[in-house]
Amino acid sequence: MKIAILNARVIDPATGRDETTPLHLADGRIAAVGAAPDGFRPDRTIDAKGLVACPGLVDLAARLREPGLEYRATLESEMQAAVAGGVTSLACPPDTDPPLDEPGLVEMLKRRAESLRQARVYPLGALTLALEGRKIAEMGELAEAGCVGFFQADAPLTDLNVLLQAMRYAATFGHAVWLRPQDAHLAHGGVAHEGEVSTRLGLPPIPAVAETVALHAILELAEATGARVHVARLSTGRGVALVAAAKARGLALTCDVGMHHLHLCDRDAGGFDANTRLVPPLRDAADREALRQALADGTIDAVCSDHTPVDDDAKQVPFGEAEPGATGLELFLPLVLRWGEEMKLDLADTLAAATSRPAAVLGIEAGSLAPGRAADLCLFDPVRRWRVTPAALASQGRNSPFLGLEVAGRVASTIVDGRVVYTG
Amino acid sequence: MSANPQIDAQGRLVHLLTTEGLPAEMILHILDTASQFVSVNEREVKKVPLLRGKSIFNVFFENSTRTRTTFEIAAKRLSADVINLNIGASSTAKGETLLDTVWNLQAMDADMFVVRHAEAGAPHLIARHVKAGVSVVNAGDGRHAHPTQGLLDMYTIRHYKRDFTRLAVAIVGDVLHSRVARSQIHALKTLGVPEVRVIGPKTLLPADVERLGVRVFHDMAEGLRDCDVVITLRLQNERMSGPLLPSAGEFHKAYGLTPEKLARARPDAIVMHPGPLNRGVEIDSGVADGSHSVIMPQVTYGIAVRMAVMAILAGNA
Repeated sequence: MKIAILNARVIDPATGRDETTPLHLADGRIAAVGAAPDGFRPDRTIDAKGLVACPGLVDLAARLREPGLEYRATLESEMQAAVAGGVTSLACPPDTDPPLDEPGLVEMLKRRAESLRQARVYPLGALTLALEGRKIAEMGELAEAGCVGFFQADAPLTDLNVLLQAMRYAATFGHAVWLRPQDAHLAHGGVAHEGEVSTRLGLPPIPAVAETVALHAILELAEATGARVHVARLSTGRGVALVAAAKARGLALTCDVGMHHLHLCDRDAGGFDANTRLVPPLRDAADREALRQALADGTIDAVCSDHTPVDDDAKQVPFGEAEPGATGLELFLPLVLRWGEEMKLDLADTLAAATSRPAAVLGIEAGSLAPGRAADLCLFDPVRRWRVTPAALASQGRNSPFLGLEVAGRVASTIVDGRVVYTG
Repeated sequence: MSANPQIDAQGRLVHLLTTEGLPAEMILHILDTASQFVSVNEREVKKVPLLRGKSIFNVFFENSTRTRTTFEIAAKRLSADVINLNIGASSTAKGETLLDTVWNLQAMDADMFVVRHAEAGAPHLIARHVKAGVSVVNAGDGRHAHPTQGLLDMYTIRHYKRDFTRLAVAIVGDVLHSRVARSQIHALKTLGVPEVRVIGPKTLLPADVERLGVRVFHDMAEGLRDCDVVITLRLQNERMSGPLLPSAGEFHKAYGLTPEKLARARPDAIVMHPGPLNRGVEIDSGVADGSHSVIMPQVTYGIAVRMAVMAILAGNA
């Protein structure tokens, strides 16, 4: 299959390319950008006038809810949501039921995902067995089955000796260790950022120190063990400062932020909207500003959708009883574009935060339009506005704090491995 | 979502969920209406037909015989039919969701729900989902709000002190867990009280509480100086020892209201408490039963204030 894409504004964040030029795809690869290769005869020509063509988005956190949580979402619905959102590669956290702690589960998930022939799925294995924080999982076997890193997800890991040994073991084989910094005791029972808003609403608080205390421990252990650590879902300005300082002293560390935390803060929960119940909690406006800046200046390596489909029943309850999380895959592009626009970044720099930069975190080939690379692309209309409604979402999760609002940026086509897998 | 779901476009009260954002005129209207009911309650036949034929459901997801009883008495004195439901600690434990419970009761033609729930925001959730014309009264949600208690406290303060704009009011003790304190603070600020103080150890004061417009004191003697109103809060048993406090005795030593500490306040200061009392913990018997105490009048006015809220919500006052 050969495809020619004409008249698109081609943006390759990896190289900084931003020009209107033809793109030629052949055999699942980028054949050429600009002039067609000799004898190139496209089977299909796409007129992409008015559209941006960029590498398919790479999402560091998308919960597909399989195995075990199919009542919330299925692989079919969420893989459809991924390509509808222009996402061509995604990492899925291990907090399924059962958790991804044995190779058979990972192989099954990979096989199921591949059979759908949509986005590429990169599972993150459980760091500890059953995510219980007691015994380390079979990282070698899991890596062989396809895991690209090992994550404790949102499960507590209170025994720091287990964390120390997990990092030592991972460092032995070069496995990446993913951790969301939150001290389980300091966060215990909390549902909202500790501050004026939690005080007004009477919501049990999670103090900012729950993040920074855990982060201090993670950074110390990373330095001591030499493990390749990825810090997931940073939420506080103080946390950003700790990561910046660690990077400045040479620690090989990566980190990400969830897209909702770039746009919302604790005040947005003012009406007890259960859709604003997220993990980590939405912090205050100053934290949000620090996160936005840190993603722009590279302290934070990448943004992710933190896609978490939750069924209506689990959100139609009081705030503190609501299942945390928000659907994200289809809002990923619009919310990244909005961040870039508000930060006055050019489109290539904006898109890097959701393409080449997360690809580098995962150490995968995606996120580039260089000839010879995999033909994973997203074609989108950067100015087309659309309203976020349940009917407009392919995901089974309709839980979003942006419901009812209008956003700009709509995916027109998604191409994976040189095949058009979505047309809007 | 509307910023203030308890007020409709015409400025009428449709639910009572919190004292935050309640306009001063509305609070005063409630207090004025309550004063008419105080005289009703002093009559031999303590009943008016304002809510005849209306069905009021007391839906208590968290048990409280006291509060439920005061709402029941208030509703009965307005001639409403009252149905009491104690649903217990957790709605989900029963398998039925909170909203399913409410929708079922609504189908029985409820006119008003009086709701108590352990989770902050539960009455807001219910108010968003009941049909037009059905009112929700928050009878206490988590640490968030207990607006009728806050309003009856305003009634009591006005009764004894008349002018809100010259007062210094101190709220003492476990502000962190207190929905009563939050409802009092918002109402006091709205009514123009220039000096609202909270007094307690750092473990029992919520984060950034000064952003609610209060002054923070950790030293009780200093905090009580020249106060016109001293409100002591109940300290729950389970909080008397643990990570927040070493012991009830140590709390009493620093923050229990004794006659000696009360002497720092103005000579005509009144002492209030939302009840039930922990004598010898947050308040000494000598103070609770002494000449400054208006704790029993608070209870009496509580009935009238709840009658006023229900009558206004029903459009009859």
